[in-house]
Amino acid sequence: MFEGRSYIVYAVEMVNIVKRFPGVLANDHVTVRVKKGEIHAIVGENGAGKSTLMNQLYGLYHPDEGEIFINGEKVVIRGPKDAIKLGIGMVHQHFMLVDTLTVAENVVLGSEPVKGLNFDMKKARQEVKELSEKYGLFVDVDAKIEDIPVGMQQRVEIIKTLYRGANIIILDEPTAVLTPQEVEELFEIMRKLKNDGKTILFISHKLHEVMEISNRITVMRLGKVTGELETSKTNPKEIARHMVGRDVVLRVSKEPHEPKDVIFEIKDLVVKDNRGLTAVNDVSFNVRKGEIVGIAGVAGNGQTELVEAITGLRKIESGHIYFEGKEVAGFTPRQLRELGMSHIPEDRLKHGLIEEFEAYYNIILGQHYRNPFANGAFLNHNNIFKYSEDLMEEFDVRPRKIDHLGGNFSGGNQQKLVVGREIRTNPKFLVVAQPTRGLDVGAIEFIHKQILKMRSLDVGILLISMELEEIFSLSDRILVMYEGEIMGEVKPEETTIEEVGLMMTGHRIEEARRG
Amino acid sequence: MNKKVMAILVPVVSVLIALAISTVIILLIGKNPIDAYGALIKGSFGSKQAIADTVIKTTPLILTGLAVGFGFRAGVFNIGAEGQMVMGALIAATFASNFGSLPPLLAIPLTILIAMSVGAGYAAIAGFLKAKTGAHEVVTTIMLNWIATYFASYMVTGPLKVGSGTPKSPEISDSCQLPVLMKVGAIEMSAGIIIAIIAAIFMYILLNKTTTGYEVKAVGFNPYAAEYGGISVGKNIVLAMAISGALAGLAGATELMGVHHRFLGELSGGKGFDGISIALIGQNNPIGIIFAAFLIGALRTGSNEMQFIGVPKHMVMIIQGIVIFLVAADRIVRTIMIRKRVEK
Amino acid sequence: MRVLEAIFLVFINPLFYKITLTAATPLIFASLGGVYSEITGVVNIALEGIMLLGAFTSVVFTWLTGNVWIGVFMAVVSGVALAWFHAWGSIKWAGNQVVLGTALILIAQGITGFLMEPIFGKPGQTDFVGKVEELRIPGLADIPFLGKIIGETSPFVYMAFAAVAFSWWLIYKTKLGLRMRSVGENPEAADTLGINVYGIRYFGVLMSGVWAGLAGAYLSVGEVGHFRELMSGGRGFIALAAMILGNYNPVGAMLASLLFGASSAFANQMQSSSLIHVSATVKPLFDMIPFILTIIVVAGFVGKSHVPKADGVPYEKEA
Repeated sequence: MFEGRSYIVYAVEMVNIVKRFPGVLANDHVTVRVKKGEIHAIVGENGAGKSTLMNQLYGLYHPDEGEIFINGEKVVIRGPKDAIKLGIGMVHQHFMLVDTLTVAENVVLGSEPVKGLNFDMKKARQEVKELSEKYGLFVDVDAKIEDIPVGMQQRVEIIKTLYRGANIIILDEPTAVLTPQEVEELFEIMRKLKNDGKTILFISHKLHEVMEISNRITVMRLGKVTGELETSKTNPKEIARHMVGRDVVLRVSKEPHEPKDVIFEIKDLVVKDNRGLTAVNDVSFNVRKGEIVGIAGVAGNGQTELVEAITGLRKIESGHIYFEGKEVAGFTPRQLRELGMSHIPEDRLKHGLIEEFEAYYNIILGQHYRNPFANGAFLNHNNIFKYSEDLMEEFDVRPRKIDHLGGNFSGGNQQKLVVGREIRTNPKFLVVAQPTRGLDVGAIEFIHKQILKMRSLDVGILLISMELEEIFSLSDRILVMYEGEIMGEVKPEETTIEEVGLMMTGHRIEEARRG
Repeated sequence: MNKKVMAILVPVVSVLIALAISTVIILLIGKNPIDAYGALIKGSFGSKQAIADTVIKTTPLILTGLAVGFGFRAGVFNIGAEGQMVMGALIAATFASNFGSLPPLLAIPLTILIAMSVGAGYAAIAGFLKAKTGAHEVVTTIMLNWIATYFASYMVTGPLKVGSGTPKSPEISDSCQLPVLMKVGAIEMSAGIIIAIIAAIFMYILLNKTTTGYEVKAVGFNPYAAEYGGISVGKNIVLAMAISGALAGLAGATELMGVHHRFLGELSGGKGFDGISIALIGQNNPIGIIFAAFLIGALRTGSNEMQFIGVPKHMVMIIQGIVIFLVAADRIVRTIMIRKRVEK
Repeated sequence: MRVLEAIFLVFINPLFYKITLTAATPLIFASLGGVYSEITGVVNIALEGIMLLGAFTSVVFTWLTGNVWIGVFMAVVSGVALAWFHAWGSIKWAGNQVVLGTALILIAQGITGFLMEPIFGKPGQTDFVGKVEELRIPGLADIPFLGKIIGETSPFVYMAFAAVAFSWWLIYKTKLGLRMRSVGENPEAADTLGINVYGIRYFGVLMSGVWAGLAGAYLSVGEVGHFRELMSGGRGFIALAAMILGNYNPVGAMLASLLFGASSAFANQMQSSSLIHVSATVKPLFDMIPFILTIIVVAGFVGKSHVPKADGVPYEKEA
């Protein structure tokens, strides 16, 4: 039964997996072997096929070709139910939690304890508490998911897998939503789980994390495995080469540039979120022409509300917003655009694009009502087409078809379309939120270059990003946001990731400096 | 398969499937489907009168179809065309019985304007509530339909009542009546059909050539992106409902001014609801809507003839229901067609 | 003054409360149907059509068998059948749930109208075919005032309240209920835990057929003993409003239904008040009241109730 395979019994063996989606070969004869009791990292860029591979292990997708062995036995995983039976648990990148149910209810959902005909809530709470204590995974069993922080939500996800008796735990990009300190806590938990005999598959594209926690590494690129490495015998550079197929410059080079006058300023800004809770609390800062101000922070600390308030999408409770010295609080998005504000939104599918509109209609969004795109009440299609062709050429949007629907472009090209649209209006002030989320290295590089070009043209730029690396490599000044407040301001060349990390977890700059 | 071809094929195949199911139902009640469909065709196209009657029935259906279709394009589901039509016609009738002293050149546009404004305003209530509170327009417009029905019933049994028998309003002044295009026997075909076709052209231009069309479509597809792009979501929802309601009000006007010349209960007679199936069959495209309205108009006209041989005219409602169902779940039809192609 | 006096007399009359309960009964059933369907994530405006079909079917089978309870049972069967089409179109084929619901209402109106002549030989309205007798509860019926309200009334009224209690228990106290709520809120999460999302949604929609079918049976054999075309008269939509006002919770839906029932009962009692002479021509204005109230309620509360997050969104598994 071991023909053609090694004689070691692996916890997980995925052999020659092929998975096709319409137009994409997501996994191209991928083979991964994971030893029992190890932390095995699977690294690769966005779109390399890591999540697709893991979803097949968890039964959410079904391989077109190839075989899966669990503990040496060949298995067919038809759905999550089968995976759970085989002792596989998965913590998804986007948490799979029901917001309105409690922690305990979420953990037991699908394998609920019952007492007679009734669901046994008492037993559910008890069991969740026990697991929580055993592995040091602190959670509040009775809290609703919508009321607890992201870090705790992740612990709930891990408890979910343990509750189902998982021995093989898949963690898909678990650190993306965490602060550096929370990442350390997670690694502690992972080590504890490993010592308890669990096998862990750790999906990531952050090399230093992989180096720190894993035992072995499988590298993927464009759906193929490009390297199998022992962590102790490799280095980040080698992994990166396998990941992108060439030596990469990990940071774009930034020319020094002297900022000019203040173009944009907010004072004592207070904004509420959709639930009526204060999301931005008394925030003040300014942005000068030719300067990039970066706002760092863990997702959900008020950045979204801040951006929406600045761009006129959300009403403010109190405070002032000044554009070129003029009060603009309460202005509509259209008025702000007319003053020279542009906005690359954090969620391109929600705000940035109308998927059902052709590229040319997306390209004029925000300026559709004025010359040269409209004469009075009527659209001027000739001008719209001409402008769109130019823009798609300049920003290298592919396919270069102006009547392609917005939703049919790839993520990277959608983002180029949005970035191009916002930059081509020649703004004086540019708000950029999460500009490179989910993009590959090539597109990231392109977009970073565009942002820096705007800086050299003396545009004031506010950059909001969860990626510390992006913040560090682009910003001239960094503000750190935590629970709606600014914890402090630092310059990238005068600070460290650790210091910013501490501020992201609620330490004011003075405390962070003290350590 | 090509998207445009699909847009035509899905409704066509849906109609064919609906007719096939109806055939089975007719067989089940022991009637001969060939006789039934024969009567249907005879009733709608069998004579000059029949054809004229079909055109007359088609006229308001084009307009209600445009009303609902415009709503769909702007992301609102206006089930309230019925009520907007009733209110438009009712209020216009109230005024138009006193327009005798005005010349037709003034009286006709004025009556149309009243009906359209009332329809627009009535629909705008639902638009306003959706924009302000998020109340779903399907629930509110249906409630507004019932309110319109009861209000109209109050008006024609009370303040506006004339004569005995069927409750009805007084006849509108001659100067408010639409000119007759053609007279076939006792049937007078008014200029309403021309108004309907102009409305279809208007909708096409509005949706495809103007900034207003761009904005209502943007809000319909993705309100978040629209707002981000400086487009007022609330304003455009109200506007979309109002335009949709104006078209429904216009349907009320053509019925009032071209057919009944007074307000009475059967003036709307479900034509607003027919607008839903017409918009869906016509894929919300003005030209498609004209054809779809003609199809439903013919079915409605012919169904009276069918009734004579013992097949209740409710058959048409069942056919429409099945068509709407299949167009809504269009993957059923697509899957059937794809399977067919694979088998070949 | 006479009007105030008339209003006062309405409120101290036990008949007002009895009519409130009987007017609320079909709304309670139908809004429960809405709750089952929508907490699993399927918008169901077909309730109106299901009620109509249920009303018709129960009359047909009561007429055929002479037994009203067989009629009631068949109303449930027909309700489930029509609901199945809704489930099939919205769950299996991911169709637009609002449009599908509209189609099914039209089909129900078409079928019931179509079959009038072949079955009963005349359109419009059937003859009296029999009705569910009121149930007198000894002891309870003898209590003054209260006895006149709930001591002797249609068994459907008692059934409606039992149905609410049962539904509350099912949705909040059993694992099936937990799964229903999870599927309506985050179907993907439920799916990754091996829960059959489609199965649970089918259950929710088919149960809505059970309840709306009962609501329909009450309208015909439960209340008047005959069927009239379009006799559901918009109550399916009022029930949806009650469900929203009741925050998608069986008990809340019941309370909201009672409110709507009270508004109908009030209109009804005022019209027959001997103190103020309401002329027949004004009657339609009274009939408008529940519909106006529904609009106010929907507009006033829709933002405040928690709509299940996946309500109306078809769940599609990838590959």
